[in-house]
Amino acid sequence: MMNIVTELQKDRFTPRYYVAALTDNMSLPKAQVYEKSLIHVEGDRETIIENAEFMQIYRSREVGQSYITAIATTLRAILHAMWLIIRIRPQVIFCNGPGTCIPLCASAFLLKVLGLGWSSIFYIESIARVKKLSLSGLLLYKLRMADQFFVQWPQLQQKYPRAQYAGRLM
Amino acid sequence: MGDRERRVVFVTVGTTCFDALVKVVDSEELKQALLQKGYTDLLIQMGRGTYKPSKLSTLQASGNSSLQVEHFTFSPSIADNIREASLVISHAGSGSIFETLRLGKPLIVVVNEDLMDNHQSELAEELAERNHLFCAHPQTLRENVEAMDLNALQPYVPGEAKPVVALINRFLGFPVD
Repeated sequence: MMNIVTELQKDRFTPRYYVAALTDNMSLPKAQVYEKSLIHVEGDRETIIENAEFMQIYRSREVGQSYITAIATTLRAILHAMWLIIRIRPQVIFCNGPGTCIPLCASAFLLKVLGLGWSSIFYIESIARVKKLSLSGLLLYKLRMADQFFVQWPQLQQKYPRAQYAGRLM
Repeated sequence: MGDRERRVVFVTVGTTCFDALVKVVDSEELKQALLQKGYTDLLIQMGRGTYKPSKLSTLQASGNSSLQVEHFTFSPSIADNIREASLVISHAGSGSIFETLRLGKPLIVVVNEDLMDNHQSELAEELAERNHLFCAHPQTLRENVEAMDLNALQPYVPGEAKPVVALINRFLGFPVD
């Protein structure tokens, strides 16, 4: 994901909200380090321009969790996602495959359908997916929830013709 | 003794537990195979693994040289370890794979058969088919080391996000630089 963010024109895509799963403690620090490197210090007044916020979201299901309790936790994740989407009202959503993005994309899509908001959803499938899509990717593709769906290997683009292949990010 | 030229083999399992790989790398047969290929040192990053490799050196049959073995669990960055290595043996995580390829080092990826959803092997197999690395299983690692021809490897040209970002900008109606 950071490959994409570093390449984006920051003044076009601002402010930036980074969302990671509650139990993920590696992703947000990476984003924080990058955003810190962007902070400007202007003139004598040292105005620090910060354009990023970092949040964590409940996961629908942890690895190994029983499917019965997963019903309740998925519901909680959906409610949390809906709350975040309503609060942030993003115009653009970038997501790259963890299951955490599904409740967020579904909430944004629902608002779109109800005419209550408009987010362009861009999905970039993981580079580790060569022949098969991830479950998140499959859901977003089949349900046509993403405005643009990127894969990083040509075989996947052939298998899923509505996907776009524009090379690998790494 | 004068400075001998070190040829380090760096083994990494990332944040995973991959005892099967560490065990194989710790075996006499594999250490012999590495010695035969001219490697002098073995550095094992064992992650969350429970099997502890021995730090004893292995003597070659002629008794002339031995493989120096070191191991550690984690480090904040393995980039330096990769840079100093002449060969990297890694688990199939995409991070380790691309970090090694980016640094231009010969790489053997070992697929962990104990993992439930082994989609990771797709990436290793695809890159092996394109001759960017060698792909092995713990049981076949020794044969792979003995048979590998480093000259057959093709350098991997890293990708970039510009083309994807250009398409995104175009979709949103921004001028594409």
